[in-house]
Amino acid sequence: MKRLRIFLLVTLFLCAFGLPLFSATQSFLSVQVKEGQMRSAPSFLGSVLASLAYGDRVELIEDKGAWKKVAIRKLRGWMHMSALTTQKIILQAGAADVQTSATSSELALAGKGFNAKVEAEFKTQNKNLDYTWVDRMEAFAVKPDQMQAFLKQGQVNPPKEAAP
Amino acid sequence: MKRDPLIFCLLLPAVLAFSGCQTMLTATEKAVTQAASIGMIHPSYAEAIKKSTSAVSRSIEEFTPEQEYYIGRSVAAVILNKYQPYTNQQANQYLNLLGQTLAQASDMPEIFRGYHFLILNSNEINAFATPGGQIFVTRRLLRCCRNEDAVAAVLAHEISHIQLKHGIQAIKKARVTDALATIAVESARALAPNEVAMLTETFGGAIMDITTTLINSGYSRSFEYEADQAAQTILRRVGYDPNGLVEMLMVMRKNLKKGESGFAKTHPAPEDRIAEIEKKMDVKYSQVRTLEVRQARFMKAVGKI
Repeated sequence: MKRLRIFLLVTLFLCAFGLPLFSATQSFLSVQVKEGQMRSAPSFLGSVLASLAYGDRVELIEDKGAWKKVAIRKLRGWMHMSALTTQKIILQAGAADVQTSATSSELALAGKGFNAKVEAEFKTQNKNLDYTWVDRMEAFAVKPDQMQAFLKQGQVNPPKEAAP
Repeated sequence: MKRDPLIFCLLLPAVLAFSGCQTMLTATEKAVTQAASIGMIHPSYAEAIKKSTSAVSRSIEEFTPEQEYYIGRSVAAVILNKYQPYTNQQANQYLNLLGQTLAQASDMPEIFRGYHFLILNSNEINAFATPGGQIFVTRRLLRCCRNEDAVAAVLAHEISHIQLKHGIQAIKKARVTDALATIAVESARALAPNEVAMLTETFGGAIMDITTTLINSGYSRSFEYEADQAAQTILRRVGYDPNGLVEMLMVMRKNLKKGESGFAKTHPAPEDRIAEIEKKMDVKYSQVRTLEVRQARFMKAVGKI
């Protein structure tokens, strides 16, 4: 009986104060790509304000479909959800922000699983494979302003309403 | 007040039901922390609940973008073991300018190390996309393109395979389960040498599953039609004519010989793809009218490839 009373009391308490509190509490996301782009607007047409590093924790301020308005340090801008995860990403040992005390099950550990070590092991077993051009093509980098210039020069005009 | 864990067990589902999937962990954590701070539950018990809820969210976990990147690198190495790169810098630069711009307008603009494009010096009509963002297009497929809008269509189709995770889905389910189980162990502690060997074996198997699908068997017809649909969305968003895809397929239809290797073996016939596109499109095909300045740079980079 006492248990039931406590249960009801707590339920009431949570309904009245708890749930609105939860929805208003801060929510954090982690950058899950090597370089995550923060843009001025929720579209690929928005200019790139900053590039965030793998594992950076950003605070979610606004949610607009695939685009999330986030904040980190003094920066504020829009990031595409493909660059973000709800998991906490912990960098490899030796990095400044390693948290050894955190529970491992909720973390995506950077550099774990299929990684450079596994690739090296795979290479020793497949000596016929040559990664020279795999590395070379990775160096083909196009900067955001080059993309804008390419579209402009070719008179490719993105329709404003179709921008994701 | 008597501290009773049972109360919290009863409450937890209610809390979970009210919070969206994405905020589940955070909301639960907050709830548990709050409950512990007001003495509702013991701090050690709070830790246990936090662990079990995160275990729930972990069961639906997939490969991280970083792991997809490593899968992609080795898939690319296998492809480059069979096909030679076409090393013309101007042509490859043009392809990367166009392709990386298109990728920004896809539903997956951000992958671990970005999208990278390379032309293959092959007389096959073929193209490949790895889960890591490496995209290959043969010279002969580029010869099926009469304008930039058509090249954009080819690249957008390959980007779509990555966006729709078709490559990853080619990995046998049992292998994925094996890999994720080993990785889960790794999250808790460093892997023993035999576990690294196991992971490498699974990795090798995954690479084989994907390359066999890409090079020999091809994706299902529905995957190809899905990629054509997604490609048209990307083209429209950037400002290219979605008819570029139909036009490229028309040329391919003429050039493709029955029974030859490449697309003839791994893709639905061009006429079937055209029919499927027209079925889903609200407007009928009309000829691409590309601008002079755009045509000039297309001709200069890949027009005589």
